[in-house]
Amino acid sequence: MEYFVQQLINGLTLGSIYGLIAIGYTMVYGIIGMINFAHGDIFMIGSFIALATFLALVAIGITALPLILLLTLLIAMLFTSAWGWTVERMAYRPLRGSFRLAPLITAIGMSIVLQNFVQITQGARVKPLQPQIQGGITIMEGVTENGTIAVQLSFMQMIIISTTLALMIGFSLLISKTPLGRAQRACEQDQKMAALLGVNVDRTISLTFVMGAALAAVAGFMFLLLYGVIDFYIGFLAGVKAFTAAVLGGIGSLPGAMLGGLLIGLIEVFWSGYFTVEYKDVAAFSILAIVLIFMPSGLLGKPEVEKV
Amino acid sequence: MTSAAPHPSLLAESVKDAAVAAFLAAVLGFFFFALRTDIGTGGLDLTYRWGLWFTATAIVFAVRLALNLLVFKTRNPVTQHIKITASESTLSGIGRVLGPVLLIVAATLPFLVMWLFPNRDRQFIDLAILIMTYVMLGWGLNIVVGLAGLLDLGYVAFYAVGAYSFALMAQYFGFGFWMALPLAGLLAAMWGVILGFPVLRLRGDYLAIVTLAFGEIIRVVLLNWYEFTGGPDGISGIPKPSFFGLEFSRTGGFAEFFGLPYDSIHRFVYLYYIILLLALITNFVTLRLRRLPIGRAWEALREDEIACRSLGINTTNTKLTAFAIGAMFGGFAGSFFATRQGFISPESFTFLESAIILAIVVLGGLGSQIGVVIASVVMIGGIELLRNLGFLKEIFGPDFEPTQYRMLIFGLAMVLIMVWKPRGIISSRNPSAVYKERKKIGSDMVAQGEGH
Repeated sequence: MEYFVQQLINGLTLGSIYGLIAIGYTMVYGIIGMINFAHGDIFMIGSFIALATFLALVAIGITALPLILLLTLLIAMLFTSAWGWTVERMAYRPLRGSFRLAPLITAIGMSIVLQNFVQITQGARVKPLQPQIQGGITIMEGVTENGTIAVQLSFMQMIIISTTLALMIGFSLLISKTPLGRAQRACEQDQKMAALLGVNVDRTISLTFVMGAALAAVAGFMFLLLYGVIDFYIGFLAGVKAFTAAVLGGIGSLPGAMLGGLLIGLIEVFWSGYFTVEYKDVAAFSILAIVLIFMPSGLLGKPEVEKV
Repeated sequence: MTSAAPHPSLLAESVKDAAVAAFLAAVLGFFFFALRTDIGTGGLDLTYRWGLWFTATAIVFAVRLALNLLVFKTRNPVTQHIKITASESTLSGIGRVLGPVLLIVAATLPFLVMWLFPNRDRQFIDLAILIMTYVMLGWGLNIVVGLAGLLDLGYVAFYAVGAYSFALMAQYFGFGFWMALPLAGLLAAMWGVILGFPVLRLRGDYLAIVTLAFGEIIRVVLLNWYEFTGGPDGISGIPKPSFFGLEFSRTGGFAEFFGLPYDSIHRFVYLYYIILLLALITNFVTLRLRRLPIGRAWEALREDEIACRSLGINTTNTKLTAFAIGAMFGGFAGSFFATRQGFISPESFTFLESAIILAIVVLGGLGSQIGVVIASVVMIGGIELLRNLGFLKEIFGPDFEPTQYRMLIFGLAMVLIMVWKPRGIISSRNPSAVYKERKKIGSDMVAQGEGH
């Protein structure tokens, strides 16, 4: 039981990170119907920016850890957004209205470019960062045949889960209440009609990429703090899993992306905890295949209507 | 900028635009050029590289300014000239002779290379073998994506199945290349059916992502099933193909039998002809299949699935055959890859490989056979040529490592070619069914792997 609860907490933490990345996929897919393959690498870029910012802030001489973390988060979001915007501007906007495979190919190309750019400028070796936030609280204790087992909820996990929760709430409000969110939903339904009614479609799409990138930066920073190790290749696997999460939750649906992320995180952690670590990726991918085959619109997605 | 009058503020505008671009580059590059994290004593060290950052920004400014002045914003933009398609007749004339010419060049290539570059013949023939492998893979994938319109991002799975089938058969049963080749193809086709059957009712992007997932699953299994596949260590000592039982060895082999002096180049030439033959078979089968009902059904399916269904075409079977035949050729290419390398490991079958093959097909022009050839030569030949940029070391100093820019340039080329020609390098298609007269049509008339 205690082991189960511990895994549940770990799974929710990992799932929050996947969920944040998944939102970027689901929004872009919802608005222009393309798989933004480079999004996983935007997440990787975000974690590298966060790492450099963190070290730079320490080097400047700021000592208060909360202040450093907050500043790092904001700076990483800001600069990663610039990357997201640029990728959209360079690789996707020229192909708007072209046939659907074209942006997919440029997205794969962009993903290769980003990975190699980071590899060249920052080196191919992994970057380990010492755990910055230590300690936690023990919420349960139990006795098993091997001795006592304590369920730990670390401060790190609390921060990750609460930040994700706060961002999700803020983000849902942004989509449902603000003019920008309204423009986004309009573009999602019918771009031409939205343009006729005075919505700047290009700008809205750009902002979608910017928001997705900002959330990916948060996820990147969390990933850095949680695991303490990043390299230029983390984007691919995290990206595929986050996409799986988006599909699982129903692509195009924001709560779905978050729910899908949590589920994928839980599946991965429980699979590693109870079966084998080696095949945890197989588990995630199999889930993806099974969901798509039997429930193509996902958990919370709208069923696709076939128009003849 | 359509006005004929000279634009007075052209320069000012260009400079302003270039300044914006440079500012953006400075922002984007700050954390990557100016700062660098490295593992140092007691944690990570931060190094500052202001010079590099400044140089990169300046280069972006200069390039953008030059582009603005010379290409984008002049009164007669260069890009306009690019868009003017050379008169259709000359193009199709070139197209008509291009195929046979390429075929003759391909057939005589090893001898041409040996004659022209006697010192580097092995390297060039090896490169030709590599390019030919990708041509074959591209043609195989073209059946799935170009003809049947099914977007497959996990094609490398079948390549891996082919390679591992041969390697394992050689390891456990002592099969030779020629015996294992058809079996490997069959196994790959079987896997195509197994993986294809459940997923083929999905469409477009969903199909793409599931095939990607399957490709990754196969790779992870190969990586972790240590007892059977050797895991990350891979399988080595895969036998080389023999020429009607003659090995390419120093004594008692091919050279001795034909009374030639022994030369290791013989084996390379032989490998080249094997892959050329395999590739040509792929091409031939594809071209013939297009004339059969099944090929027509693929193309009809690509254009409109619902119409196909209402005309009584069994869409599942049609898609499955495309998937299986494409997979079979992937399997053939995989066995060839295994025998050429003599060593395989899951490293060779990553998603990047699938992406490269798909990029070749799409960049060449989906459904165009000659486009695949051109794209393979440009992309794969281009990457390999970048390996030979050692002379740049003399310009930029010994720390400059040109080979690491290969994939960066590859990715940029993918983006740029796609933005320049979204429909691929070859922009016309030969329809397989015609009414009255046979003529080429623009590629934008063809539905392409959109999987509606």
